[in-house]
Amino acid sequence: MIKTLTRRGLLQSSAVAAALALGFTACGGGGNAAPQQTVSSDAVEQALQKGGKLTVWAWDQSLKKVAEGFEAKYPNVDVNLVNAGTGNDQYTALQNAISAGSGVPDVAQIEYYALPQFALSKSLADLGQFGAADLDGTFTAGPWSSVRAQGGVYGLPMDSGPMALFYNKELFDKHGIAVPTTWDEFLEAGRALKKADPKAYIANDTGDAGFTTSMIWQAGGKPYQVDGTNVGVNFSDEGSTKFAETWQKLIDEDLLAPISSWSDEWYKGLGNGTIATLSTGAWMPGNLVSGVADGAGKWRVAPLPQWEKGATSSSENGGSSLAIPAASSQAALAYGFLKYSNVEEGVQTRIDGGAFPATSKDLASEKFQNTQFKYFGGQKANQIFAESAKNVPAGWSYLPFQVYANSIFNDTAGQAYVSGTKLKDGLTDWQKASVKYGTDQGFTVKE
Amino acid sequence: MTMTSPQVAAPTGEATPAGRTTRRTSRRASRRSWAGWWFIGPFMAVFALVFLAPIVYSIYLSVFRNQLIGGTAFVGLDNYARALGDAQFWSALGRVSLFLAVQVPVMLFIALVVALALDSGRLYGRSFFRISVFLPYAVPAVVATLMWGFMYGTRFGLVGNINQAFGLNLPSPLSSELVLASIGNIVTWEFIGYNMLIFYSALTVIPKSLYEAAEIDGAGQLRVITAIKLPAIRGAIVVASIFSVIGSFQLFNEPSILKSLSPNTISTYFTPNLYAFSLSFSGQQYNYSATVAIIMGLITMAIAYAVQVRGMRKER
Repeated sequence: MIKTLTRRGLLQSSAVAAALALGFTACGGGGNAAPQQTVSSDAVEQALQKGGKLTVWAWDQSLKKVAEGFEAKYPNVDVNLVNAGTGNDQYTALQNAISAGSGVPDVAQIEYYALPQFALSKSLADLGQFGAADLDGTFTAGPWSSVRAQGGVYGLPMDSGPMALFYNKELFDKHGIAVPTTWDEFLEAGRALKKADPKAYIANDTGDAGFTTSMIWQAGGKPYQVDGTNVGVNFSDEGSTKFAETWQKLIDEDLLAPISSWSDEWYKGLGNGTIATLSTGAWMPGNLVSGVADGAGKWRVAPLPQWEKGATSSSENGGSSLAIPAASSQAALAYGFLKYSNVEEGVQTRIDGGAFPATSKDLASEKFQNTQFKYFGGQKANQIFAESAKNVPAGWSYLPFQVYANSIFNDTAGQAYVSGTKLKDGLTDWQKASVKYGTDQGFTVKE
Repeated sequence: MTMTSPQVAAPTGEATPAGRTTRRTSRRASRRSWAGWWFIGPFMAVFALVFLAPIVYSIYLSVFRNQLIGGTAFVGLDNYARALGDAQFWSALGRVSLFLAVQVPVMLFIALVVALALDSGRLYGRSFFRISVFLPYAVPAVVATLMWGFMYGTRFGLVGNINQAFGLNLPSPLSSELVLASIGNIVTWEFIGYNMLIFYSALTVIPKSLYEAAEIDGAGQLRVITAIKLPAIRGAIVVASIFSVIGSFQLFNEPSILKSLSPNTISTYFTPNLYAFSLSFSGQQYNYSATVAIIMGLITMAIAYAVQVRGMRKER
């Protein structure tokens, strides 16, 4: 079922990235031909046996157990797992280290939306040299297409993020509010909740670029068009407008908690009934288990609310790969870790920790589908996630400079959350700023 | 360099301004200067490596442009022209200028009052007082900001607790209107102790005989302060002001950390340094970022110099 998950947009932008990164064959050693394996599996195995100190930058909590298992299997390897920030913060730090040429980790967690940009700037090693191209079919189509690009593989998929609605059932039951199935019902539920408990909010949102683009994606919007070096940015299409209108009401009526995701307040709010729902990717359960212990048993999962009643449209939010920065001096050892974590034993370790894998075999397994989540009161949540993965609209693209675009989201669209600026106008400002940057960077950008 | 003033500089060449003698003199002078270089060599090497080289490299970067598509090209002064017309850069500069105009006087005034109180000799538990005022300076700025950021929280932080306990509805210190003042509060808290120490050490070296003379003349404490203490520590005040001017223009840690708590009220161009940081590390516009940094450096130097000139002129 997961195979139908198409991420053509990302495939396109990644392909573009590779096409543009002229000369990005230094590591592959195979000229412009298909990825050639130049480092044998034996060499990787030798590196693993020989050991060394491996620095891994990742914020995904489930990797801790993976690192432990890896160290147990290869006792000579010492994994130094560093949380260098989540998402953009980590990319900034990584960019920083890459430009400085020192302190670059051997392995970095990079979300699918950010891979094209790092590949474009020649910052990542082509895993084709280790024979990664042979892993075709190991991962589900979407994530695999996101890490692949013409002539190269820039990372190994770690997870994917089909979206779902996580909600605090206890809170909904207490106030007798029905779980929303459409975004209009979501708005109504937000009003009802606020009336019942002025301290509770239907959701938290301080303006999040990834969330906004995912929501527009679900609504059928296609604000980004990428074709070679020609890039289109347009936030006035129907999908974007639908989102902006509904969200404007939530903002105006003060129904969104002004708490930034991943902050201390956020973790607290999820546990103590301040934040009632969370619309996010299927990789979330692991974070809830480790970060919001108070919520155990209270939370449940439901399909993402719809823009039209009866529809089944979904979206992707986040989802990461593990990649090897080109500057790493221990690429073979690092690749050994990637394989262990994302293909071999590590996958099961991560599933046990609540992660949503990208490997076809594990997703299709009965064991996975029937897993009961203790945190969600025994619910078989994977069935909802797997269903969601099937219903992601095709044709979505991220910009080849999405990391920068996301970093200025709060300068522009985010203003709608703190001032009289309308979200629609904020999105237009974001569009203009993105167009300006793209043009500065030599892309042909049209609005 | 001594050659510019012939009377003082050249004991052997004073009589013959031209010809062979001069050449011999300069040869001898150059031999002498080599000996000098041996002494300042180690310093110059480090100075060139950690001070001159980065500046030269920044200037080098600032005349190029690197695009994701198209690579690097020499663009002359284009980046400078762009920066001078960049509304985001000027808004950042305006913000730190406002910060400078309000926060620095407040901080220096409080530091001065504390230093005078310590120096008055009427304070009970003086060393305890001194160390506790100084203590915040010993707290790393990052930790201090995280701590204050937590206190500023309107939900679970100190502000939230106060609201709950007294049924108040205090505005969020991190709202658009208050965020600059809140950052000013953190910086003031951090640096009062540091400035106090500068003032206090200047106060302690004033000869006691001056106070005795003032007492004989019947001057009160206030008169002693205005007529003796303040003029005597003017140099220290100028130094503290210059440090504060530079510190204000370099404002970075506090807004950068608070940004994660309040992403919409602290923009990526909140201060010039934050702007340069975002340009290079999120936007990979290293060349333009270097340009912004150089212009900021020049402006900071100009203003610090103006403060110094003005401060010293008063002293005369």
